[in-house]
Amino acid sequence: MLTYTIRRLLLIVPTLLLVTMIVFLSVRFIPGDVIDVMVAQMTSAGSEVSNSNRAVLLEKMGLDAPIHTQYLRWLGVLPQKDGAFRGVIQGDLGESLWKNRPVTSLLAGRLPVSLELGIIALITALLVSLPIGIYSAIRQDTWGDYVGRSISIVFISVPSFWIATMAMVYPAIWWGWAPSFVYIPLSKDVAGNLMQFVIPGFIMGMVMGGTLMRMTRTMMLEVLRQDYIRTAWSKGLSERTVIIRHALKNAFIPILTIIGVMVPLLISGTIIMEQIFVLPGVGLMTFEALTMRDYPVISGINLVVAILVLFVNLLVDLVYGWLDPRIKYR
Amino acid sequence: MSEAKVVAPVVVGAIRKRSRGMLADMAVRLVKEKPLGLVGAVIVLALFLTGVSSNTLAPFGYNDIILSLRLSPPNTTYLLGGDNLGRDLLSRIIYGARISMVVGLSGAALHIIVGTLVGAVSGFYGGWYDTVVQRFVDSLQCFPSLLLYLTVMVIIGQGLVPIILVLGISSGFYGSRTIRSAVIGMKENCYIEAATAVGSSVNRTLLVHVLPNVMPVLIIEFTLSVGRMILSEAMLSFLGFGIPPPLPSWGGMLSGPGRQYMLLAPWMALWPGLALAIAVYGVNMLGDAIRDLWDPRLRGGVGRYDRSNVKKRAPV
Repeated sequence: MLTYTIRRLLLIVPTLLLVTMIVFLSVRFIPGDVIDVMVAQMTSAGSEVSNSNRAVLLEKMGLDAPIHTQYLRWLGVLPQKDGAFRGVIQGDLGESLWKNRPVTSLLAGRLPVSLELGIIALITALLVSLPIGIYSAIRQDTWGDYVGRSISIVFISVPSFWIATMAMVYPAIWWGWAPSFVYIPLSKDVAGNLMQFVIPGFIMGMVMGGTLMRMTRTMMLEVLRQDYIRTAWSKGLSERTVIIRHALKNAFIPILTIIGVMVPLLISGTIIMEQIFVLPGVGLMTFEALTMRDYPVISGINLVVAILVLFVNLLVDLVYGWLDPRIKYR
Repeated sequence: MSEAKVVAPVVVGAIRKRSRGMLADMAVRLVKEKPLGLVGAVIVLALFLTGVSSNTLAPFGYNDIILSLRLSPPNTTYLLGGDNLGRDLLSRIIYGARISMVVGLSGAALHIIVGTLVGAVSGFYGGWYDTVVQRFVDSLQCFPSLLLYLTVMVIIGQGLVPIILVLGISSGFYGSRTIRSAVIGMKENCYIEAATAVGSSVNRTLLVHVLPNVMPVLIIEFTLSVGRMILSEAMLSFLGFGIPPPLPSWGGMLSGPGRQYMLLAPWMALWPGLALAIAVYGVNMLGDAIRDLWDPRLRGGVGRYDRSNVKKRAPV
């Protein structure tokens, strides 16, 4: 197990390196004239660099050095121009072009909101998908199964941003009620904060729940065909025991790993939901950075998210082996 | 001896079934076995026909402004009402079907082409090429798809063609794993070994013997991809990074300056989303049905969990 963990950790290195290259190059591939647009945009918006010119902006973005030097500097292997090592390895993701604050501190301030939204979504997804998925599997090809599968397909097909838009429009027309647009921190007003998060969290959970429901059903069906389930039946155990104790326990391992794999979906969801419900999380920050073309922030978010996903996948792989003793590590 | 008698009619039956042609056979089975898939097929057909004949179906142009129609509720002349600029929503929904259809089909086609180029070649030739490509796909999969799409759209700019390129190419990379594993599975078959023994070159083996056999995988991937393409395009247009405003993308119709008018004209928020949901539902249902019909593992039958069976056997 220890050698496997080490091997798995080492295997992450090339992937991690490629991730940094993709993040770095994607922003460096901006066509040259975009810099001009940025200068014009900033001048008209009166930002910090308003009185600067193209060369200053190029230097600020570090675009005046050869590309490999730029990459290594950004990574933190080579020193910056002033001789200090300020790069990804040192935990420095650069500064926002607009807010004049380090990307890392901006990210840290926004993270709790997205985390809360994600947790509510995950809980909703599990509460909805597990019971329906299990029922669908043990009553395969009955009306109950058809209803369950239809619900899951509807959850997958109905666009979350449409439901969210409707949730903003229709309650306001019918009852004159709309969710607050001003963010209420959890520390100030727990109930008000939850009211604000429950609707977007629930909608996100529905989308994830649709996929999770199908996975649960497929995994349960797979397990229910096994010989040990037949053995459990022949022992005369009640259906409840067979399903919960014997089937679900085994089906849950792959389901758990799928939840881990769903982290990217969760991040995509926060970008949409935070934008619609004006919640100041990482998703809204991404959206703002994209609209304002704040490239250091965009690449910072991309990098952090990619590393997060990479490590969640690693964790899932390790947990998988820990939960399922049948898996032998070579 | 007795075995041979049993086997013969089965084989004859199989041959007779084959003679009907694979597509016709699928269609018959779709109608017989998958009622929901049939519903999906009808929706997809309707979407396709609407997309093809938008010009004749739509009563008005998608950008024709009729001032009296501004924020007008649905009525008998304008079945779905008007938007904040006074454009007929029905016409815009009909033209939106064309955009969804074009993005869905061409995006999914590009997905399959890129996925096959990346996945099949990497799986078939193996070696260091495979290793490099797979590490690249690994790292690409670390980026949530929406974040990747948004970042690339910001860099290359909005529009119909950029969106098809972005969605198609990145899905091709994301999805190349499925095609790769199908090709690797295929490589183990005896007939591939036989082809090599007869003197078929590596390229010829890949093109003539492997690719036709992974065709079902490609078609399943294609149908499942169409729904994702339509939904992703709508999502990007909704966020303002997809198809620019005058064009009536269903996602774009839910966003933009129109959003502040939705409280006055709530039907503006209703129709585009409904059209989108129905279209994606139809495509998903059809895709699921095709996968079920084609994938023998999901057909059920032998080894299937059946409580009545168990109860019958229990007393023995």
